Amino acid sequence: MAACGGPGNPRAAAGPSTVLAYIIRRLFAVVVMLLVITLVTFGIFFLIPKWVGVDPATYFIGKQADPASLEGIRKKMGLDDPILVQFGKFLWGLVAGRDYANGTDVTHCSAPCFGYSFRNEQAIWPVLTDRLPVTMQLAAGACVIWVVVGVGTGVVSALKRGSALDRTLMTVALAGVSLPIYFTGMIALAVVVYGLGWIDGQYVPFGESASGWFGGMLLPWVTLAFLYAAMYARMTRATMLEIMGEDYIRTARAKGLREPVVIGKHAMRSTMTPVLTILGMDLGALVGGAILTETTFSLPGIGQAAVKAISDKDFPLILGVTLIAAVAVVVANLLVDLLYAVVDPRVRLS
Amino acid sequence: MTAPLHDTAETTVADVAADIPAKAIEGRSPGRIAWMRLKRDKVALAGGVIVVFLILVAIFAPLIVSALGHPPNDFHEDKIDPLFGTPTGKWGGISGDYLFGVEPVNGRDVFSRIVYGTRISLLVAFLSAIVAVVLGTFFGIMAGYFGGWVDAAIGRVMDVLLAFPQLLFIMSLVSVMPNSLLGFSGTGVRMGVLVVVIGFFGWPYVGRIVRGQTLSLREREYVDAARSLGAGRGYILFRELLPNLVAPITVYATLMIPTNILTEAALSFLGVGVKPPTSSWGQMLFKALSFYETDPIFMLIPGLAIFVTVLAFNLFGDGVRDALDPKGSR
Repeated sequence: MAACGGPGNPRAAAGPSTVLAYIIRRLFAVVVMLLVITLVTFGIFFLIPKWVGVDPATYFIGKQADPASLEGIRKKMGLDDPILVQFGKFLWGLVAGRDYANGTDVTHCSAPCFGYSFRNEQAIWPVLTDRLPVTMQLAAGACVIWVVVGVGTGVVSALKRGSALDRTLMTVALAGVSLPIYFTGMIALAVVVYGLGWIDGQYVPFGESASGWFGGMLLPWVTLAFLYAAMYARMTRATMLEIMGEDYIRTARAKGLREPVVIGKHAMRSTMTPVLTILGMDLGALVGGAILTETTFSLPGIGQAAVKAISDKDFPLILGVTLIAAVAVVVANLLVDLLYAVVDPRVRLS
Repeated sequence: MTAPLHDTAETTVADVAADIPAKAIEGRSPGRIAWMRLKRDKVALAGGVIVVFLILVAIFAPLIVSALGHPPNDFHEDKIDPLFGTPTGKWGGISGDYLFGVEPVNGRDVFSRIVYGTRISLLVAFLSAIVAVVLGTFFGIMAGYFGGWVDAAIGRVMDVLLAFPQLLFIMSLVSVMPNSLLGFSGTGVRMGVLVVVIGFFGWPYVGRIVRGQTLSLREREYVDAARSLGAGRGYILFRELLPNLVAPITVYATLMIPTNILTEAALSFLGVGVKPPTSSWGQMLFKALSFYETDPIFMLIPGLAIFVTVLAFNLFGDGVRDALDPKGSR
């Protein structure tokens, strides 16, 4: 991905204009990528049912509905239009809002219009904005824990390579990456909530009770963080070991720098670059990927909405969640690439 | 090459002398060196033994179940407390007759369901790894060798795939898939969809590695040599480059299998894996979520099955990586 600066392109003028041009180019790529993802997801929900001979209108009001109301729905939702027209209308709705009209019956859906749920006829966007904060709280809290624990463990393990401590930590980490998160979650629930009864493990919004919220989020945070901390510990250790063998570390030592400075200033900076890349991707992916954690702990986040939408065949909601998740991944990647250039001056923007 | 003893008349001193050093510097192929390293890695070997055991369990599932268990879909409601729906016996109903206990509510034999679950888990994981490796190798080698717009196009496709919310996408795709497709029905369709989709989202990871390796390999002298001897593109790609990519591809494939096992289990947990009554570990865990308070054994057994399997593959995969690439590219 980075190896595209051709020969004879010395990184001379990486001034503000270069950075701006880079950002614009990347944003353009982001928009194209999101369009492709939307089109593919859209296609799945509107082409496959057609292909296997299911009328999407029946998802709205059930299979037993009379032909007249089916026809009404089809007309109102524009389900009879060609797929590209439907897609165009969907995109336009995202940007400018749209009206669903069926003669006198007009429903307006304002600006980021993701359409209406097939099940309860709620607009999708408010459902998403309702649930997004829960998922973000989950991701952010877990992230703090796993970065501190995971990177810390990895560094300690690398510095004490081959010791009993290193072996123990790496065994735990290997076990951690081999455990399904819903299994560790259930064990945590069984032990902490049911067995010891320390907390009641129910999600409570922060606004209602801060301590209740903390109690409800604690197990999801720890469980999610355990998996990622294990991955980060393995990755940090491997990166750190590689870097400690580099010439510039030897140079730093030869200059007479003390070990804490060598590690803290020289080794850590290079270790953090790959960690940062993965962190951005993982955080982005968590918006759509906290599904398992949310299901295990019944957290009312985006992932839980997705699971329900899928069992209900509520395609507009699935499409909305998929899009939000894709936006999160793509934006996180963009931010990481920009940060990357700040952290590691060797990286060229091209 | 050693001459038989009764042939002494024809064996000269020179022959014997030539034989000794020839043995001492016996050539070792890279594969052999890797195998010797792997043999010394006891932890990896232990993982490998468990992997072989699990494969045997999957193959001989019907035999094992008929010898030690009950048919996986038979209900045994007499083993269930009608009031709570939990097994009547202690420890989730574990007994000599029901080795891993019985399932809450319907009393199906957990042992048989675990054994049959091995089949689904391993089959989906292996087949999807093959799909990913084949696609990834093909596109990776193309991107790396041809460069230019081929590389750019393949690179963009990989970027899009990596940005896709994978789990969500697989879930939604499975949910709209019909029950019968191309002559298959039920579990066959679901498994096919799982294999294709997990494999399809896995290939960019293989593709990136193969592309990177190809980029450096194509500049090697032996490629120039082959080209100057008049070798065609196909020959260079598949006879000169591909054999040198086998090591990284093997490493990646072995490490991909545990990930695929976890993905399959996760999808089954979320209700979009194989269809019941076909048993799968993830599905059992989903059911266990409602019983973790009253019947924790029913949660532990499929959880441990997944854990042991994934751990064994990870240990073995780490060993294979260390054996093939002693410097450790990670």
